[in-house]
Amino acid sequence: MSNNNDKILVEVKDLKMHFPISVGWMFKKTIGHVKAVDGISFKIARGETLGLVGESGCGKTTTGRVILQLERPTSGHIFFEGKEITGIEEKGLRTLRRKMQMIFQDPFGSLNPRMTAGEIIGEPLLIHRLTQSKGEYEEKVKELMTTVGLSPAMMERYPHEFSGGQRQRIGVARALSVRPNLIVCDEPVSALDVSIQAQIINLLEELQEKFNLTYLFIAHDLAVVRHISNRIAVMYLGEIVEIATRGDLYKKPLHPYTKSLLSAVPVPDPVVEAQREHVLLEGEVPSPFNPPPGCKFHPRCPNADFPRCQEEKPILHEIEGRNHWVACHGG
Amino acid sequence: MAPLLEIKNLSTHFFTDDGLIKAVDRISYDIHEGETVGLVGESGCGKSVSALSLLRLIPNPPGKIVGGEILFEGRDLLKLTEDEMCEVRGNKMAMIFQEPMNSLNPVKTIGWQISEPLEIHLGMSREEGLKKCVQLLTDVKIPEPAARVNAYPHLFSGGMRQRTMIAMGLGCNPKLIIADEPTTALDVTTQAQLLELMKNLTRDYGTALIIITHNLGVVARYADRINVMYAGRIIEKGSAKDIFKNPQHPYTEGLMASVPRLDHDTKQKLVPIEGQPPDFLHIPKGCSFHPRCVYAFDRCRVETPELTPLSEKHEAACWRNVK
Repeated sequence: MSNNNDKILVEVKDLKMHFPISVGWMFKKTIGHVKAVDGISFKIARGETLGLVGESGCGKTTTGRVILQLERPTSGHIFFEGKEITGIEEKGLRTLRRKMQMIFQDPFGSLNPRMTAGEIIGEPLLIHRLTQSKGEYEEKVKELMTTVGLSPAMMERYPHEFSGGQRQRIGVARALSVRPNLIVCDEPVSALDVSIQAQIINLLEELQEKFNLTYLFIAHDLAVVRHISNRIAVMYLGEIVEIATRGDLYKKPLHPYTKSLLSAVPVPDPVVEAQREHVLLEGEVPSPFNPPPGCKFHPRCPNADFPRCQEEKPILHEIEGRNHWVACHGG
Repeated sequence: MAPLLEIKNLSTHFFTDDGLIKAVDRISYDIHEGETVGLVGESGCGKSVSALSLLRLIPNPPGKIVGGEILFEGRDLLKLTEDEMCEVRGNKMAMIFQEPMNSLNPVKTIGWQISEPLEIHLGMSREEGLKKCVQLLTDVKIPEPAARVNAYPHLFSGGMRQRTMIAMGLGCNPKLIIADEPTTALDVTTQAQLLELMKNLTRDYGTALIIITHNLGVVARYADRINVMYAGRIIEKGSAKDIFKNPQHPYTEGLMASVPRLDHDTKQKLVPIEGQPPDFLHIPKGCSFHPRCVYAFDRCRVETPELTPLSEKHEAACWRNVK
């Protein structure tokens, strides 16, 4: 590994996650694979937020889950703090998971309804034996609740007694409890009301500053991702089509898919909106079971160059050393 | 010119075991022919109930439209008999629902479902209905429409199902379409395609459109006029320009400040609205927004403000604007 080990927290190299599709119940036969993640590489620096955007089914959630080793990848390598973690055995995983946590999308489904808020937040402390006494444990749980903006008096309440925004705060406190380095946030605000979303986004930003956290922020809302991320990776059908700093990506998007994604997001201002140029995509996202050959985006691409885009797969390459990477034959 | 639809003091209440829920509380607005009006608010603010009330689709019990008038082409829909109402529903006024997955019948073909209202309202035969159906599917840009007529909904993607719903809504060439969160369940690029499609089709067909959504960007792009709802009431209404450039209600102002925007500086901090939207069983006294409002003063905690005109077409319900 290179000498910037200290700066890079996570490195993903040529990661693939293929899910087999089987038919028959007795003599199972695999008829193909859904290529949820199909050869992606990226790095996340310490203290940075990398945004991962794309439409449903593009593999962004799978990417997050594979990094946490919740799914074992088909092939490829993941380095965490310079050490390879792919293929690590169960025992090693437990210590590893202390350093990487996840915040889930659905604040209603991701909390055990039979546990109190205090038990949910404190459980990781017990599992990883991070507290010495009962007193210390309670102290710690209360402190965590205060940190995320919940009143410690709510410790004995059950999840159904909380609103969506408060439940998401419980999820954040649970992730924070083990003092992780990396938090994978999988659509943490998309299930929340508009006025509550901003509360959680601000909370995540404050915590990042306070605890020097690194985020992999997965979302489909480009405006939210742009707000919180330092760099952004755009995924399409299991592949990364563009990675750049947020400024570059929004000001000078290079991939036609990024351009159309950006123009599809309406700006809440009728005057600005009337002047914007809208690139509408034709058709829909093809099935990851049987993706198009060559560039996977070519059937929907407004400036596809035939036959090259149909035959030759574009490689993610850097543009003029600007740390702006794109996988497109054009431009 | 008289408006196509005029809603006056409409109230829909739900009588539950836990207590009375005023889901829609004395709302008034109108829409002219061919116009697009946005109804904005967060989940549970009563915007969907208000739309269902227009079509008299409120389940009774527990719900009931307890007061007001819905004047559609000069007739009060609340005074019609159920048979007369059936003539209006789907024919002159159609609805597009939020969940394209759940609002199609899984055991009937697409063709059957689109031609059913055509047969009922326009007296078409099955053959004529299916022919018209192919044309409608072409209008909403579904590929190979002639073959798709015989397909079942599960073969369609989310976007295609919502296109089917739009085709169904347009079928009888209604005067008004109510679209309740039409694109919320869909991806951004599909969302953009569908909204553009709806805009073009309603323009071509001359249909008025009520878009109900929580997405401020969507109304900014498509609505001529906007009504903002909070806790069952309309708290601000005006032209899209007025609402976005010069929001007068603290809630509208708060909504604008809490949404990250693509055209804003990224260093700008978001300003959230503190607290939670109220529970309908415990609506705060006075102005229902006062516990979350940064400007609240004594009067707000006691008296409920009514919509007050600020300029010719801009109204807000806030004591700050009452001298």
